[in-house]
Amino acid sequence: MSCIEARGLRKAFGATVALDGIDLRVEEGRILGLIGPNGAGKTTALNAILGLTPYEGELRVLGRNPWAERERLMRDVCFIADVAVLPRWARVSQMVDYVAGVHPRFDRAKAEGFLKKTTIKRESRIRELSKGMVAQLHLALVMAIDARLLVLDEPTLGLDILYRKQFYDSLLNDYFDGNRTIIVTTHQVEEIQHVLTDLMFIDRGRIVFSCTMEEFETRYAEVLVRLDQLEAAQALKPMHERQALGRSILLFDLKTDKLDRQQLAALGEVRTPSIADLFVAVMGNQQQGAAR
Amino acid sequence: MNTESNARGESSQASNAKSPLLAKEARSGAPASPPRGVSATRPFYWSVRRELMEYRSIYLAPLAIGCVIVLGFGFVLRRLPETMRHPMMLNLPHQRDTLSQPFDVAAGLIMAAAFIVSIFYALDCLYGERRERSILFWKSLPVSDLTAVLAKVSVLLLVLPAIAFVITAITETVILLMSSAVVAGSGLSVAKFWAELMPLQTMSGLAYHLVTVHILWYAPLYAWLMLISAWSRRMPFLWAVLPPFAVTIFEKIAFHTKYFAGFLMARVSGGTEAVGDSGMLDPDMKMTPGHFVATPGLWFGLAFAAAFLVIAARLRRYRGPS
Repeated sequence: MSCIEARGLRKAFGATVALDGIDLRVEEGRILGLIGPNGAGKTTALNAILGLTPYEGELRVLGRNPWAERERLMRDVCFIADVAVLPRWARVSQMVDYVAGVHPRFDRAKAEGFLKKTTIKRESRIRELSKGMVAQLHLALVMAIDARLLVLDEPTLGLDILYRKQFYDSLLNDYFDGNRTIIVTTHQVEEIQHVLTDLMFIDRGRIVFSCTMEEFETRYAEVLVRLDQLEAAQALKPMHERQALGRSILLFDLKTDKLDRQQLAALGEVRTPSIADLFVAVMGNQQQGAAR
Repeated sequence: MNTESNARGESSQASNAKSPLLAKEARSGAPASPPRGVSATRPFYWSVRRELMEYRSIYLAPLAIGCVIVLGFGFVLRRLPETMRHPMMLNLPHQRDTLSQPFDVAAGLIMAAAFIVSIFYALDCLYGERRERSILFWKSLPVSDLTAVLAKVSVLLLVLPAIAFVITAITETVILLMSSAVVAGSGLSVAKFWAELMPLQTMSGLAYHLVTVHILWYAPLYAWLMLISAWSRRMPFLWAVLPPFAVTIFEKIAFHTKYFAGFLMARVSGGTEAVGDSGMLDPDMKMTPGHFVATPGLWFGLAFAAAFLVIAARLRRYRGPS
């Protein structure tokens, strides 16, 4: 059974179409990065998956209809919808007690263990904690739940780099075990590049690009073109060209354009592009396509 | 021999292979979750506890009023023997009124405090969590919207009245003991004093009043406030008050009548059918539950309350953070 299966997933707010007929399939054990510009429909898609919003089309999460069965689904699904959505009035210990009370799969000892690694005091109120500490606390609560799907929507927005790095490190080391599925959206793409197994770009309510990270690494290549090779390189029809420090960097799609790495190596230094560069390339082409 | 060892090897292998499978089954299937009865009541119980963690005024406000009453009563206590020897005290009804007055004041103030807390709580309980966006956290846990709304309404209809009753009972007991000590110290009869006050009757009258008025009669009032709390994107108080006000004015201008205003007044100050012609919480208050139960307004009100709550639960399901 795949973890998430969507067919023709659609959602409109009045005249604005947030999701324009998405087909999606996420297998169990994957870590999927959902990348898109602001207003692309990422959060709407996640809200539909989490049973927070009604939708048109077909959607199954762990075999269930999320809108009809949110309560039941939440025993197997966890999410961090945003930074700092923990109730500001609550004490840390109250939060642990409450989740232990309502969630049948919450392991209190595990949560206490995670909290011990932080400087968060048990008797502090959440409003007294820094944003980074709130994120740590939320992650500790969520990681102590034996869930099958974890959804993270901009979980590190506004946190400093140390907290962000820690966040993904503990997610990988202490939580991910190959059976769970994780979906994450973020604008800090480069920080999750090594974390992901799957990549998906979403724009204006549609999935515009999707591949596994293995495919990403073999299929796309970036070349720091030597000056004398620039024309030859441009003749190979790169997806995207940009300038950095006086050099041209060209992005190639090896599969579609039937290129191989040796061919590119003759033009200059070849390396794996960053997700951000591919994103810019794909989005740029999208917009050109739309303009035409 | 050979086959035997083989078989053993196989069986141990089989059990080895089985254990991860079993673990997986336990994870994916429902059997790992606790039995049904437990899982149905635990989220409700913890949702109620969450409300008490969040809105501490639910118990702190009546408690504070109780303490103030006891302190204040301590000051006037000195005059009690004097009052009891006053010639006016020969008049029995007057004597009883005078003696029971502090108790009535205590009960009235504590219940008023509980009522005010109820109004503020009802208006905030579904709005506050959307305003501070913590709704996204609450909804990430396996608690249904109906459970959440039922927990909130039971704070209004069960927890707050129970707290008001207990704190009133404690306050009145303390006052009674304090005044008994003073009465005894000044050489008057404590037994006579107690007989005049009828503390047990006062308590049962208080409980009756809480159940008939504060729970049954006010239920639609609270449910309306909760509905507005679940619906409004901002200023729930205004939205709760303005529509009834607008209807009243419209009716006055268009038809020169005041039916709606009268209807509202009857709801806020009502429930008098529960005590017949006698005054509410009077020492000689008559309990007429039969008459109360036969009042159509009671049942209409409860039906509206149920409808408002169902809508509130649906709204909570649809509304994101505001």
